[in-house]
Amino acid sequence: MDLKYTPEEEAFRARVRAFIEAELPADFRDRMRLGKRVRKEDLVRWQRILHRHGWGAVMWPTRFGGTGWNVIQQHIFEEERADIGAPPQNAFSLKMLAPVLMTFANSAQAEYFLPRIIAGEDWWCQGYSEPGSGSDLASLRTSAVRRGDHYLVNGQKTWNTWGQYADWIFCLVRTSTEGRPQEGISFLLIDMKSPGITLKPITMLDGEHEINEIWFDNVQVPAQNLVGEENKGWTYAKFLLTHERTNNAGIGSCKRALKHLKEIAAEQVSHGRPLIEDARFRDRIAQVELELMALEITNLRVLSAGKPESRSLGPEVSVLKIKGSEIQQTLAELQMRALGPDALPYLREALEMDWVADPSFAEHYRPYAPPLSGQYFNLRKTTIYAGSTEIQKNIISQLILGL
Amino acid sequence: MDFNYSDEQIALQETLQRFIGRDYGFERRRELARSALGFSAEAWAQYADLGLLSLPFPEEFGGLGGNAVDIMLVMELVGRGLLLEPFSSTVVMCGGLIRDAASEPLKRTMLPRIGAGEIKLALACYEAEGRYELSQVACTAVGGGSSGSGWRLSGRKTVVLDASSADYFLVSARPGGDAAHAHGISLFLVGREAAGLTLFAYPTQSGGRAADLRLDGVAVDANALIGAPGEGLAIVERAVERGIAALCAEAVGIITALNEATLNYLKTRKQFGVPIGKFQALQHRMADMFIAAEQARSMAVMAAVYADSDDSALRRRAVSGAKAYIGQAARFVGQQAVQMHGAMGVVDDLIVSHYFKRLTMIDLSLGDVDFHLARFSDMLA
Repeated sequence: MDLKYTPEEEAFRARVRAFIEAELPADFRDRMRLGKRVRKEDLVRWQRILHRHGWGAVMWPTRFGGTGWNVIQQHIFEEERADIGAPPQNAFSLKMLAPVLMTFANSAQAEYFLPRIIAGEDWWCQGYSEPGSGSDLASLRTSAVRRGDHYLVNGQKTWNTWGQYADWIFCLVRTSTEGRPQEGISFLLIDMKSPGITLKPITMLDGEHEINEIWFDNVQVPAQNLVGEENKGWTYAKFLLTHERTNNAGIGSCKRALKHLKEIAAEQVSHGRPLIEDARFRDRIAQVELELMALEITNLRVLSAGKPESRSLGPEVSVLKIKGSEIQQTLAELQMRALGPDALPYLREALEMDWVADPSFAEHYRPYAPPLSGQYFNLRKTTIYAGSTEIQKNIISQLILGL
Repeated sequence: MDFNYSDEQIALQETLQRFIGRDYGFERRRELARSALGFSAEAWAQYADLGLLSLPFPEEFGGLGGNAVDIMLVMELVGRGLLLEPFSSTVVMCGGLIRDAASEPLKRTMLPRIGAGEIKLALACYEAEGRYELSQVACTAVGGGSSGSGWRLSGRKTVVLDASSADYFLVSARPGGDAAHAHGISLFLVGREAAGLTLFAYPTQSGGRAADLRLDGVAVDANALIGAPGEGLAIVERAVERGIAALCAEAVGIITALNEATLNYLKTRKQFGVPIGKFQALQHRMADMFIAAEQARSMAVMAAVYADSDDSALRRRAVSGAKAYIGQAARFVGQQAVQMHGAMGVVDDLIVSHYFKRLTMIDLSLGDVDFHLARFSDMLA
């Protein structure tokens, strides 16, 4: 039992940090640090920089071009990335789809898609939820009917993240209505340029365009884009979700957010003194910091207990998802609350790099202020997406507790 | 980074588990709690045989050279078994203090006897005015001049855990002056039979024993001083920090056992024709208790690992953080375990209420949630 990093791990950390410090483009770093709108071009640029260095996929085994890092190395990379202010990579392709392709796809699919993902050539999004199928995902109705060498896809997906940027979408579709709902689902890869796909933005509560509805109207999908076996898609989807939930612990991002919260609380003034000297506010920070300290160790305990060869984890990841999402929300809430009345202004243009505050306004309204309220509102999604907190508790009670 | 126990640690765990299963059932524990001594003298002798009482001492003093993680593992089972013996007071806090701060001759005198189960010790460092503040010491130590003639101690110490069975006390005192000052505190070893020392002993809410001490000019000789004169606070704080890490592990043992008991009850107790564990309101509560247990365990690991650190700021932050966190987790799990057991949760006949009471008293010992949250929080600014 030991919580210390080995000298090799510390050296690794220094190497990761030095690389990111040197290679993360300065303009992008400023954009991230100030909470400005993130653009696809920046994310793709960063993916390509990482790929050139051989670090395009930190969770992948080496035989697919990944780094082959163990869970501790991945954790260190994630901490350093977040601390410096580099963006997370596209989780839909690298962390969700890729493990499915590695495990269930045929070699032609894996050999075509995986290199394109790691090189930043294809941007993937996810087609899971439907208007009538949220937490009850297995009730989904988007249909794929086999017609010779292709499937004809009809239906509607929703809550799709960043589909406006995507080249491809991986979808759960219904290929059979026989038996249990779970038994008629297939996993299909669809080119977003296919005729018959319509994308409609959904404006979120922070006023931003992050998610979409997607309609499929007689979309032809080559049968070779089916992953694994027809009607076995639910198995792959569940496999994918355990990977998705692992990432949602978000320890590195939470540590960065906590640091930022302390910086804000040190600069904001209350009763003529730094807000962080107000014990009432500081205790709120202390409480969430304690939750995060505990979760960091819980996360490492769960990761260390997983079998490295399977690269998949048990239902314990639900604990990480519940706690990680709550901590993210609390940190965002405290960042906003730290602003006090300066949390009220809603300045959409302030999320662009070229925005300049009116001089008198800037006397009290700090450069870090514009994104904070929106981030608080936006992050309410974290306890809802990827299996809501309530679904995670169902999983814990059924799969861990046996209730 | 390693979250596994060594083979030796697993063997120790299994031995202690077997002992609890065989000799320390719930009914036996209730009898012991009501007995005059308040714990089992036979168990104490067995702990000595098993090496538990010399676990954290260096080999040159007859010890096993164990660390805080070994203590964690033992304390988790102390929690699960609701063991009443003064292990934490004697071995973890006082034994640890002597090992860390006493002179060679004193270590040579005391540590082997502690390890053999011959003597027991209690830490007498809290006073009524100070609540949980160890620097609050009104107890006076007069003398200590160049003549080497020793000291006379006068004052009171409150709620000294495991005092009634102790053969020695470690007492904090100062020459006089400001009773709240961090400097000037010295630490003394006082024998139970010393003239002028009186005890008001009582049982505690969780079945243990404690006492208030009154010292009226208790004479101790020059060798009774532990550490440098006036530098006692850091020594006591370090001992208490070890005690806190041990309490954290004890609490995690209880939380885990309470969750098992509650889960079992949810699966067996039927109402409306089904096991009550079929109801989602209770399932989700149980899931929350499971999460609380996992998080609490992580904090106990952190406290144990850093309890051995020589960096006092790091140690203080980890230990206070863990105590504040686990205190809240324990309150949640304890209250919910009682609630989910329904009326069965509020009777003396079931172990559930005994676990709940012990968790509650753990929070109130060596600094409660508010005290340690404030300490942790003050280090943020």
